[in-house]
Amino acid sequence: MNTEAIKAIYKAEMRRTRNTLLQSVAAPVISTALYFVVFGSAIGSRIESVSDVPYGAFIVPGLMMLSLLTQSISNASFGIFFPKFTGTIYEVMSAPISFFEIVVGYVGAAATKSLILGVLILITATFFVDLRIAHPFWMIAFFLLTCISFSLFGFIIGLWADNFEKLQLIPSLIITPLVFLGGSFYSVDMLPEFWQKISLMNPVLYLISGFRWSFFEVADVSVGVSLSMILLFLVACLGIVWMMFKTGYKLKP
Amino acid sequence: MNESKAIVSIKGLTKTYENGHQALKGINLDIREGEILALLGPNGAGKTTLISVICGLVSPSSGTVTVDGHDIIRDFRITREMIGLVPQELTLGAFERVGNTVAFSRGLFGKSPNEAYLDELLEELTLLDKKDSMVQQLSGGMKRRVLIAKALSHEPRVLFLDEPTAGVDVELRKDMWKIVERLRQSGVTIILTTHYIEEAEEIADRVGVISGGELLELEDKQTLMEKLGKKQLVIELKNPVDSIPAQLTDYGLELSDTGAKLTYTFDARQERTGMTRLLSSLSEAGLQVKDLNTRQSSLEDIFVDIVKADA
Repeated sequence: MNTEAIKAIYKAEMRRTRNTLLQSVAAPVISTALYFVVFGSAIGSRIESVSDVPYGAFIVPGLMMLSLLTQSISNASFGIFFPKFTGTIYEVMSAPISFFEIVVGYVGAAATKSLILGVLILITATFFVDLRIAHPFWMIAFFLLTCISFSLFGFIIGLWADNFEKLQLIPSLIITPLVFLGGSFYSVDMLPEFWQKISLMNPVLYLISGFRWSFFEVADVSVGVSLSMILLFLVACLGIVWMMFKTGYKLKP
Repeated sequence: MNESKAIVSIKGLTKTYENGHQALKGINLDIREGEILALLGPNGAGKTTLISVICGLVSPSSGTVTVDGHDIIRDFRITREMIGLVPQELTLGAFERVGNTVAFSRGLFGKSPNEAYLDELLEELTLLDKKDSMVQQLSGGMKRRVLIAKALSHEPRVLFLDEPTAGVDVELRKDMWKIVERLRQSGVTIILTTHYIEEAEEIADRVGVISGGELLELEDKQTLMEKLGKKQLVIELKNPVDSIPAQLTDYGLELSDTGAKLTYTFDARQERTGMTRLLSSLSEAGLQVKDLNTRQSSLEDIFVDIVKADA
């Protein structure tokens, strides 16, 4: 195991975050605060509670998920796409390092950034609403699993994308709508029955539901199903990454 | 020339890209430890592909490569640690500081941090005062120095320089040869690709000629340069002759089929080319000259000759 190489990649990636602190951390925190103002205070004042949870608090897990998903994907995808784009990837590819170690370095750094971000959003939320976390262990488990699996997913996108448009395609056209329609701001049972059924096909719904359960013991679907879904997603991403490793996908002619 | 053991051994190496282009057609080559080997060839000859396979950037289609006896695929961790690569393109992350990016390279190749060594390296490449500068603010020449520093950051035993002087000014070129010389003295094996003969002449111990994915020739520099240094003087006669006059037999002249042209081959790098003497002998023989022209046997000619001899 080339731990020096993992450290080198991890440190370089974290340095990149520090260099772009405003974009990486401040922007998501500010936009989350804006969601609280708009949805929590302005609109939320007209919706008293959802499943006995004050609306402002109810949206916190959904907002965290929104940021975690989009930021994990963008951090990890950009992290591997940029060296490909500039050509500096040659160095990583010619180093005595396995694909697994490359993944640990890049995905580890992206997941760390998402973790920091999630914590910052949680802290920001406490300025707006009273929060209680019913199952801290499960909350942390969902939190970690989400950061890791979506960073892996972002890494896959970064490897697959060969231009900036492709890099943005999946996050903006698929992930963002799925998060918004996955019950970030509402409970699925507030929808007409037809749309409830459609919503159950949205994998992000399971994620948000499980995460919300760890806070308030309120869920759209059973927590076991939620946990299985996120684990399934993690395994799928690991499988794809492993396949890419076997074939040298888009990295090695 | 020392006949030391092979540090890099290439056997039957082929590479066919997905688009069907066969970049390497069975290369066999032993690179000796401590030597400077120049791979000479036109663009698209397969030089970069060859280097890329050894460094792990391109998967070979068949054949084997070993570095110090270790297979580059099975024992990639061992072989890659021994190798440093300076790529042809100025590929550097824009938003990084010189010191950081060089330290990054060292870590990537599995070496624990060693600031003293890296500072020494930067000093030698006259980069030490740029240690905290952002890479994107450097000039092209400075960027190339950074690439060299990155390639040497993990103290490799074998260094590949892919077209090191493409777009490089005279000063950097001189500096580069100094560095190469110092590295050779410290025992590092150096392989450089180029399409300039002069470059190979300046620095290499041996020269390999690559064209169309084949290694056509591999010789000590001296031997190859003698071939490359050949020049020809073509003498067009006013009145064609049937045979070469007796006064001119010592010059090794060739008479054309029409009898109107004499070709004299000489070594342009010698102090005496024999041309003046030849011209006076011509008039002694009563031959009138219509036109004269000289031509250097170019790399292309050499390729043609080698390919012909090969066929």
